[in-house]
Amino acid sequence: MALSTQLHVVTGKGGTGKTTVAAALAMSLAGDGKRVLLCEVEGRQGIAQLFDVPPLPYEERQIAVGLGGGEVYALAIDPESALLEYLAMYYRLGRAGKALDRFGIIDFATTIAPGVRDVLLTGKVYEAARRRNGNGFAYDAVIMDAPPTGRITRFLNVNAEVAGLAKVGPIRRQADSIMQMMRSSETHVHLVTVLEEMPVQETIDAITELQSERLPVGQVILNLVRPPLLSAGTREALEDDRITTSTVAQSLAKASLEQAAAPALIAGGKAHLERQRLQDGQREILEDCGRPLVELPALTDGIDLGALFDLAEELRGLA
Amino acid sequence: MTGRARTSPSTRRGRTSPRGAPGGPPAGALDIDQLLADRTTEIIVCCGSGGVGKTTTAAALALRAAEQGRNVCVLTIDPARRLAQAMGLTELDNTPRPVKDVGLDGGTLDAMMLDMKRTFDEVVEAHATPEKAQQILANPFYVALSSSFAGTQEYMAMEKLGQLHGQATSFIQDSGEKVTKAWDLIVVDTPPSRSALDFLDAPDRLASMLDGRFIKLLLAPTKGPARILSAGFGIVTSALNKVLGAQVLTDMQTFVAAFDTLFGGFRQRAEGTYALLQARETAFVVVAAPEPAAMREASYFVERLAGEQMPLAGLVVNRVHQNGADGLSGADAESAGRKLAQGDESDRMTADLLAIHAERMRVAARESRLKRSFSAAHPGVPTASVAALAGDVHDLDGLREIGQLLAGQSQPVS
Repeated sequence: MALSTQLHVVTGKGGTGKTTVAAALAMSLAGDGKRVLLCEVEGRQGIAQLFDVPPLPYEERQIAVGLGGGEVYALAIDPESALLEYLAMYYRLGRAGKALDRFGIIDFATTIAPGVRDVLLTGKVYEAARRRNGNGFAYDAVIMDAPPTGRITRFLNVNAEVAGLAKVGPIRRQADSIMQMMRSSETHVHLVTVLEEMPVQETIDAITELQSERLPVGQVILNLVRPPLLSAGTREALEDDRITTSTVAQSLAKASLEQAAAPALIAGGKAHLERQRLQDGQREILEDCGRPLVELPALTDGIDLGALFDLAEELRGLA
Repeated sequence: MTGRARTSPSTRRGRTSPRGAPGGPPAGALDIDQLLADRTTEIIVCCGSGGVGKTTTAAALALRAAEQGRNVCVLTIDPARRLAQAMGLTELDNTPRPVKDVGLDGGTLDAMMLDMKRTFDEVVEAHATPEKAQQILANPFYVALSSSFAGTQEYMAMEKLGQLHGQATSFIQDSGEKVTKAWDLIVVDTPPSRSALDFLDAPDRLASMLDGRFIKLLLAPTKGPARILSAGFGIVTSALNKVLGAQVLTDMQTFVAAFDTLFGGFRQRAEGTYALLQARETAFVVVAAPEPAAMREASYFVERLAGEQMPLAGLVVNRVHQNGADGLSGADAESAGRKLAQGDESDRMTADLLAIHAERMRVAARESRLKRSFSAAHPGVPTASVAALAGDVHDLDGLREIGQLLAGQSQPVS
């Protein structure tokens, strides 16, 4: 039997929309009637902004209801609160807990003491993913809006960081149990990217790093994909320069538009082709990495709650 | 520093006015060329959230300044592979190297990529005796602190900036003569922080940590009789031993004891860095992309810089979609496109092109709403918009093009 519920870790380079994808994934699961916990660990309050709710505290709160009757809870995990909770939960360190704070040790542990911060952040996710409610788990899935691709392997691989320091003791035991969950088949590390050179390269690097640490790579999610807007005929004509200023100007005249716009329209079409070509090239590079790819379209009007429902629909059946 | 004379706009070389107005750009626009030509600008710090093109902006600013005759050093954090290659950043030796084929009128460009661990090691080596340095470099706490602490990169970027500023370097002049002088402009890229806070806070946070009460207490046993330990600290150490294991505390004590000699230095350096960032020869350029999250972060940055009394030059918004076909509205394009879609082959092709235009106009409208609300909240912040290019930038010509766009000199359709 599984020791934890399904854990979806969503990472991506800055600006690729990993928070949006994590939120859409949560909505998608809630759409199937699931009870989902969506966590953020970087103190950015990105989830609150997406769902248009007040800043999230260190407390699980319901923030949305899925179309299928499922529920999305959200939690902002900060290492200080996680440490105090951890100490209170396992050690009943009421007085010592306060003393720790007074001596600046909470600060020390959560900022300098190497790896401890990540143990605490992942530790809270671990606790939520294993929490039971009657016969089942408290949540059907836990989704983590994780640190960016460049740091993800180190973040999830807390064991290695702590092993060099704490060779025995509860922190070490905690790190070991977290590692066990991270490497289990219940965990899925999804990588969000856009079809541009640098994010794609980072994604490929991250896949290699994750795999070498035996961390289970899930889906590669291509976000903000621009749809091709040109028919095959128009595309070929543009490529062969068969569309000329005069043919376009004639058509514009028929529609009572300024003929002077023709050169700019052709240039715009060519630029679109160029972007499509670059996008296709990056997609091919990713196809070679052997992971399943999922595409999410760029939404012209930006991201709001309605857009999240649309993206959630695209992610249906993914998890 | 010498050469502080202000270059007046009229004497600036090779500058054309993008809008034909001799009086310079309209109010509210960030005049990049004036910023670069101003010899009192000695440091430009590019900051902003991840993925907005900070590194490219920093590199383009540096290249443009070099080609306007300045002796520039650009400090990058994590450039895209091909961009790094274009700048000759193949050697990771934590030292600026000249970029080939750059520089007119005595201008030069050096580039380097930050190696944070190495920078930290050098700080330790410079401030401790060789034996003590060895001890520190081998301690597991130091190893983790210097390679994975979530603020070390920010701290080291600022440390390196402090080192480069005023540091002498050698140039070969056109005459073949070798001269040694300081860079007169350093452009620095900032790390893709977890949050905007990190970059300004890390130096101070690290310094106060290393200076803090806890550290002092940890040090106490090595310094004096054990009885100076308070009862409170006894509880603390026993709690720590319980949670972390006794060996961790020992390692920590060794680390802290070894680091002791550096503490004062760290505090002082953090203060020095902070003062340098506030100095009038520094200019912050906040970089953003026209997306809600990035613009929000930019707002936050602008407010934070003002709060810290750090000099802000302005905002650069990258990857902006502009109207390629003047006077053709998105709505007109859309309705005409629907009509033409029923026509002959060339009408249908035009309809396709109009659809692209309409889509672009929708994006442009959303972006200008974002820019407008930023300007409404921060009316005093000059802004430069850089049009979206169709492809990635990975050579010097690409950087030159970005530089022109930054200076408002061309408006490509893309």
